[in-house]
Amino acid sequence: MTGQRVIGIDVGGTFTDVFCIDEVTGDFSVAKVPSTRGDEASGFMRGVSSVVSAFTQASAVVHGTTVGTNALLERKGARTGLITTQGFADVLEMRRRDRPNTWGLWGDFVPVVDRDLRLEVNERVGADGSIVTPVDVDEVVRQAHALLDAGVEACCVAFINAYANDANERIAVEAVRSIWPNSHVTSAVELLPEVREFERTSTAALNAYLQPVVGNYLEQLEVALADGSFGGSFFIVQSNGGVMTSSAARSLPIRTALSGPAAGVIASAHIAGAAGFNNVITCDMGGTSFDVAVIAGGEVVTGSQTAVDFGLVIRTPMIEISTIGAGGGSIAWVDAGGILRIGPESAGSVPGPACYARGNDRPTVTDAHLVLGRLNAAVPIGGLEKLDLAAARSAIFEHVGAPLNLSPEAAAEAVLKVATSRMAGALRIVSIERGHDPSEFVAMPFGGAGALHACGLLADVGLSAALVPRYPGVTSALGCTIADARHDVVQTCNIGVADLSDPAQVTRLQARLAATEADVRVFLSDSGLEYGEVTVQHEFDMSYVGQTHMVQVAVDDVSLLTESRVQALFDAQYLATYGRVLDNIAVRILSARTSIVGTRPKIDPVVFAPTSSVVPEHQIRQVFFDGQWHDTPIFDRLALPVDWSIDGPAILEQADATIVVEPGFTATVDGQGNLIIRALT
Amino acid sequence: MNTSSALDSVTLAVLQGRLEQLVDEMDATLFRSAFNPIIAEAHDASHGIYEKETGATLAQGSCGLPVFVGSMSGAVALIIDRAAQEGGPNPGDIWVFNDPYRGGTHLNDMKLVQPYFHNGELFCWLSSVGHYTDVGGAVPGNYNPAATESAQEGVLIPPMKLRDRGVLRTDVVDLICAISRVPTNAYGDLYGQLNALDLGERRFGDLLAEYTGPVVAAAFAELTSRADSLMRANIAALPDGTHSVEDYLDNDGSVDAPITVALDLTIDGDQLTLDFSRSAAAVAGPVNISRSTAVAACYVALKHIFRDVPANGGCLQPVDVIIADDSLLDATWPRPVAGYTETILRIMDLIFAALAQADPSISNGASYGTINALSIAGKRESGEQFVMFTFYGGGLGGSPQSDGLAHGNAPLSTATIPPVEILEANYPVRYTRWALRPDSGGSGKHRGGLGAEYEIELLAPGAEVFAFGDRGRFAPPGLAGGGPAAMNELRFIVDGEQVTPPLTSKVVGVALTTGDKVCISSPGGGGYGDPNGRDSASIARDLRLGYVTGPTR
Repeated sequence: MTGQRVIGIDVGGTFTDVFCIDEVTGDFSVAKVPSTRGDEASGFMRGVSSVVSAFTQASAVVHGTTVGTNALLERKGARTGLITTQGFADVLEMRRRDRPNTWGLWGDFVPVVDRDLRLEVNERVGADGSIVTPVDVDEVVRQAHALLDAGVEACCVAFINAYANDANERIAVEAVRSIWPNSHVTSAVELLPEVREFERTSTAALNAYLQPVVGNYLEQLEVALADGSFGGSFFIVQSNGGVMTSSAARSLPIRTALSGPAAGVIASAHIAGAAGFNNVITCDMGGTSFDVAVIAGGEVVTGSQTAVDFGLVIRTPMIEISTIGAGGGSIAWVDAGGILRIGPESAGSVPGPACYARGNDRPTVTDAHLVLGRLNAAVPIGGLEKLDLAAARSAIFEHVGAPLNLSPEAAAEAVLKVATSRMAGALRIVSIERGHDPSEFVAMPFGGAGALHACGLLADVGLSAALVPRYPGVTSALGCTIADARHDVVQTCNIGVADLSDPAQVTRLQARLAATEADVRVFLSDSGLEYGEVTVQHEFDMSYVGQTHMVQVAVDDVSLLTESRVQALFDAQYLATYGRVLDNIAVRILSARTSIVGTRPKIDPVVFAPTSSVVPEHQIRQVFFDGQWHDTPIFDRLALPVDWSIDGPAILEQADATIVVEPGFTATVDGQGNLIIRALT
Repeated sequence: MNTSSALDSVTLAVLQGRLEQLVDEMDATLFRSAFNPIIAEAHDASHGIYEKETGATLAQGSCGLPVFVGSMSGAVALIIDRAAQEGGPNPGDIWVFNDPYRGGTHLNDMKLVQPYFHNGELFCWLSSVGHYTDVGGAVPGNYNPAATESAQEGVLIPPMKLRDRGVLRTDVVDLICAISRVPTNAYGDLYGQLNALDLGERRFGDLLAEYTGPVVAAAFAELTSRADSLMRANIAALPDGTHSVEDYLDNDGSVDAPITVALDLTIDGDQLTLDFSRSAAAVAGPVNISRSTAVAACYVALKHIFRDVPANGGCLQPVDVIIADDSLLDATWPRPVAGYTETILRIMDLIFAALAQADPSISNGASYGTINALSIAGKRESGEQFVMFTFYGGGLGGSPQSDGLAHGNAPLSTATIPPVEILEANYPVRYTRWALRPDSGGSGKHRGGLGAEYEIELLAPGAEVFAFGDRGRFAPPGLAGGGPAAMNELRFIVDGEQVTPPLTSKVVGVALTTGDKVCISSPGGGGYGDPNGRDSASIARDLRLGYVTGPTR
């Protein structure tokens, strides 16, 4: 039997966050339990148990996971083999002939599939899709057995030009699957029927590499849930911000690479939208990194490719999340030329900032906050009883203050200013560079440290406001409960817009899009969930003939694919992107992207509205702003009533986040419990 | 405590990041809107901000082609002189040119230089440079190893006003398109460069509005002086002394005789002298380089070693570069310079080798040292013309940190290689091999990275092949006891017969027909450290994975 609660659960490096909502009554609860690194499943189960007394109370459990990402970063995937076209076994290791850094020639690259496990078969497809050499099934089977004999657990098949004709690869994959002892076989063209052999092979090899790890993990969770008589649905958040079933995730683990962060962005879009903000830049600051994503016009901005590490390229539709190495644990230092720098080195959570007094004596961004009184040394954080202010001060003074001839407070302010400037740079790149006007955007800080920097970011980037959600620490878990179901498919078309003057070409293209649409509808209905609205959207990747970079053009009506109409759609998009269009140059459609979204019920954030109408007592603490100490009121954030407002300086504290309202800014609690911070005019 | 210097050091750190970011955005704009894959995919382009009176580099992005950083400074200096002759630059002016003798590099690199005015006064210069597919001349793609004068390499465009007081000159646009075998590419790339300059101008205006002219000017001066002092600190940390090294180019493309590139590097306190006087005199073929290109190569090599120094002209202030007049490294018109890449790769490896003699812990083995520019030009079955132009990869040198990277890009560039599937979809060729080349990395405690083997089968009825490579006779050396890498090999399979070009990897117009092949085996990187010091697990792994097939070289 199933209940009526939906549980969202986000397993991070330090904490497992849980958000539980009753779909009928609207009651919700939040919880935070320590993560169990290496045995994520037991932390997960503790998290679920902390919000429901019996699993039967839950109708769905939705999970944001970093198990896949961590396995990639730590190279802890399965022993994986590759079967590929004669002459191309080294594609994975040769990459696109790049190197790790612009300046400096050191460093090497170890691919996830060792060279002795990359086997070739004699087959070839031409770029035009012709079969040059048919595949020999016996040879494929022989190579698959050779891999099994070598102890390989997961297998990837990737043939050259399979995007143009998948016949050989399909036959080969079928042959491998027929003898493979488990389900860990990935076909590159099945996963990504798109031109570019390295990107396709890399994505598929990484998928195979993760299949056993993610598969075993999810299976463990499924069994544990079943043991508790859970009868509902179990979903995983994908990098594109949509959910898929646990069984789909087991075969497509590569799509979970940004699972946790994506859920946070989805929650942000929903909360901000309900508060009346459709243009948002999310700022997730943790211990080592600062992740930003953009929501423009209510839509989350997505990208098509990322590299989780040098050479580990993943090409799959995903929320575009830009990361810079600036977190609370980022180390501040002065270089030999006397310039103050922040990161990229980080003290992480172990040993952590100097104020953790766990062996690191170099100053971090967190230490700077503490020295200035923005963080409360007496409030436990990161599993510690209290923070060591003296250690933070001496670290800041020794490594920044003394070399720059500054007091510890001035040095700490300098550290925050440079750190905020780096974060502002990340915000500027995702906004201004994409043609968005920052004054039309609000920042939405979440994660433990984001709201410490909100005012600095507003001032530096020229954003209109910052919106701090009521529970910044469980944003990703909340996002899990409201994420829509989503599936994306891309296929290479490579036809000229001029070709659309031929009605037969138009019919063929329409038929392909219709077939893809039918496929994605099946994918969605297989999930077994009920959806509100189901929408299918097609988009073309287009360019002038000769260009290799594309602009994305939304196709609003597939029944109207005339030459002039498609040309006009392209011209409008190109003009918006670059400011000019070029005359007399042919335009082509390289690929078509189809996505399907099945909407799921959303919590109304009005349930977060504080119920109290009494302004709580506050304390006063000395906090350093703009070169001097100020008597600063300190409030319990969750106790503040709707419409309460204060001009900075003020500090608002809650269990998992601290919000700093600097002088010159004002903060107001809105009707959904969000805190809105604006510059005073 | 001095709070005014607090403001300075913080503002400085902020402005340093903002300037780099601004130039990164200009790079990204051109990469995304360019028409030819050498810019769009291989990122053979760069942008920068330059000093108003000297043309010294003030700011440089993190993704543009490293060698352009220094060489564009010479290009801007040329325009500063030119503008002075014409009564000074005006707001809205943009010059365009590809003169390699003062502007640096080679004819394919189209340079756009724009004055930036603030409050009615010249404040600084912005520039954009990118590698065009073709600029006329005897050989498609312009890598003509047999050229003995500039006109055989391509059309030289002297500085011309592309935009005059805000008015775009369509006659100049037409000229730049007209000299190319692929005019559409030139047209698209030129507008891509204008997009990048437009964006740079807007962003720089925002920056000045926020920080004011005097603050930004002070930051430029301070960043330059910091780069100077940081470079001095790096030099001073090395023991004083002179280190002499030599290396050789195979030949000049016409006469089959080795060409010496020699360096006497002297460390004297915080001063570094790079004396190339013992290098060969200028040669007939296109491996000469102009003085500004040579200086740019020194800058790139030093930046690879001293990575913490900010990328601006201050880096070179404590460095004295000595080049003999009319030598290999001081080419003047009309000497051919198309193959500049091979010569500057020798310069960089010499600097790595000489610095290693001073302190092996800061340096690395030689990289593969040749770009193997390959141009296949012919007619498709349909009769339509095609030109396929590509550069290939090789191994990087072993380093104190690790084995060298297999199949990396050359130190002068951050260029990537197009996918096989994109090449096959666009040109009548089929790659029958695209693989690592076993045994090509130099032995060492840290082995050199592997080079690659490429085999390209022609699917068209007829085509001619032009190639420009080197390292066919002199292997990329190792360092600190590390062994040399395998040498470059270019072969053709014509009518089933193997043909090896007499000048190793420089050839003009080899005729191929359907089924014939071009085969390249590129060098690996030089090894680092004594091979006897290599740990046994790495030796066993090399053998198991086939990186090495037998006893070490």
